[in-house]
Amino acid sequence: MPETIYMDNAASTRLDERVLEAMKPFFFNSYAVATSEFGHSMGIEAKETLEGMRVKLAAALKAEPEELVLTSGDTEASNLALKGMALSLAGKKGKHIVVSRIEDFPVLNSAKALEKSGFKVTFINVDEEGFVNMDELEKSITNETIIVSIQHTNQEIGTVQEIERIGRLCKEKGVHFHTDATHTFTRIPLDMSKMPIDLATISAHTIHGPKGVGALYVRKGTPLGKLMDGGFQEFNLRAGLENIPGVVGFAKAIELVTEQENERIKSIRDALIDRLLKEIPQTTLNGSRNKRIPQNANITFHRVEGESITLHLDMRGVEVSTGSACFSRSLEASHVIMGIGGDHERAHGSIRYSLGRFNQLSEVNAVVDAMSDIVTNLRKISPLKS
Amino acid sequence: MKFPYNEKVLEHFKNPKNVGKIEDADGKAVVGSPACGDMVAVYIKVEEKELRIQDAKFESYGCASNIATGSIITELAKGKTIEEAKKITWQQASEALGGLPKIKAHCSVLAVEGLREAITNYEEKHGLIKEKEPTTPEVIKRRLKNVMNPLTGLDIVRGNLIKDIKVEEGLVKIWVDLPENHIFAANIRDEVKERVETLWDVKGVEIHFAE
Repeated sequence: MPETIYMDNAASTRLDERVLEAMKPFFFNSYAVATSEFGHSMGIEAKETLEGMRVKLAAALKAEPEELVLTSGDTEASNLALKGMALSLAGKKGKHIVVSRIEDFPVLNSAKALEKSGFKVTFINVDEEGFVNMDELEKSITNETIIVSIQHTNQEIGTVQEIERIGRLCKEKGVHFHTDATHTFTRIPLDMSKMPIDLATISAHTIHGPKGVGALYVRKGTPLGKLMDGGFQEFNLRAGLENIPGVVGFAKAIELVTEQENERIKSIRDALIDRLLKEIPQTTLNGSRNKRIPQNANITFHRVEGESITLHLDMRGVEVSTGSACFSRSLEASHVIMGIGGDHERAHGSIRYSLGRFNQLSEVNAVVDAMSDIVTNLRKISPLKS
Repeated sequence: MKFPYNEKVLEHFKNPKNVGKIEDADGKAVVGSPACGDMVAVYIKVEEKELRIQDAKFESYGCASNIATGSIITELAKGKTIEEAKKITWQQASEALGGLPKIKAHCSVLAVEGLREAITNYEEKHGLIKEKEPTTPEVIKRRLKNVMNPLTGLDIVRGNLIKDIKVEEGLVKIWVDLPENHIFAANIRDEVKERVETLWDVKGVEIHFAE
């Protein structure tokens, strides 16, 4: 059996052992809940741990600890951002929401769910590299707009939006701005002391932390409504037992990401893009060459279908993902590739390689060789001729 | 290792049989699914006396189940008369492969359709089709047996999803018993249109979903 080369880190990452070690005591030794802080000493310990970790998370964003609401992951955080703002402002300001057409599903489908219950949603178009149309965005904002949500980077093609410019625009217009930073947090700078962002989604499982932990950054004074009712946890913005082992793991995962690691991942990614484009004919890079997160590559191999590629790769131990309709549960081609002006053909043969800590430069050779082989063979049986 | 397909499907995917083009084919067809993007070309050589398929080949621009079905369907067709081969169903192809995931039905039905179209192409070229058949709800129903519901793996006719079909002066109206926001509604709409629009006397197609 071949050794696995895992390049699907945007879907989820392997946990770092050091993260697990940090989490362990909070399963076996100190397992009380923070809400028992006035009940017993283990509860006090739990509360102290929780708040200590919150300080670490906040520091990574240059934010205040009380600006972080811990959640069960990025999906919940983005739901809380959009629906929480809708809940608190619908009766006061209006019922209009602005999102980009290529958002990831937590934002996109939260907006669509709100649309069904009577909100008006404007979906902003993007250009061929995935950048939102700034004119369109500016014109879309009205006195009734309660939130603009534009992702920091795209989950499939890695295009990094100009969120500072978008944030400034929102600020000028007096509208709250949310960004989904699931795939950028710790990989590229995200500085709340400088950036005009009101709400931001972050997650642990994309940076070798545990699954089921994330957070929503909520700038002081942002009138966010509460979705999950129950106790008064998380500054009364999110009820539910605090996931203390999870947040300990999240803080450890953040601590382990370094500037050097991001550079190293970027150099592997660059080698991969350069070689695939050079050595395999009829390929198109999806997204921007330069304004791109370090860990993402997305390439369309024309005249072949993505699920066939991923299955052949899997047989050789290489794990990636595709935007082909045949790969998706809903049989819909990637809304991102279609959103950047691609057609079904472009989505059909698109492959996403997403890297992480455990990838090696030496893996690039094996992946390029496998790709070259597979694409050549599939093209041989394709009725589409060059 | 775990794969989303059984051993037999994987074998036909890895080493598909009858791949390629027949340069002097007696019948050929290229069919495509606008919804998922897959495409299949089928080529046949037919022995004229008994109208028996001597050779069949295929090309695929599709996913694993599409390639595997192209491989099995050409195997099944070889040696059969064109009348016999016309009757091969997706179900039979799927059974010969030891079963395909239901959600993959619409990717794999294409190869079955490709074979039928290649036979029709042969019949047309050899004067075996007498006259053009006018489009009736029955004709449409026959065409719609190639549109699969990915949730059940049944075609939309046998799955009782077609409530009504009306043909009025070239305008075809089809009522589908699925809500507009059904996960596969857009998919099924595209496929139905593709199958019906190409009929020679059809000017337009309207598809109505349930409220």
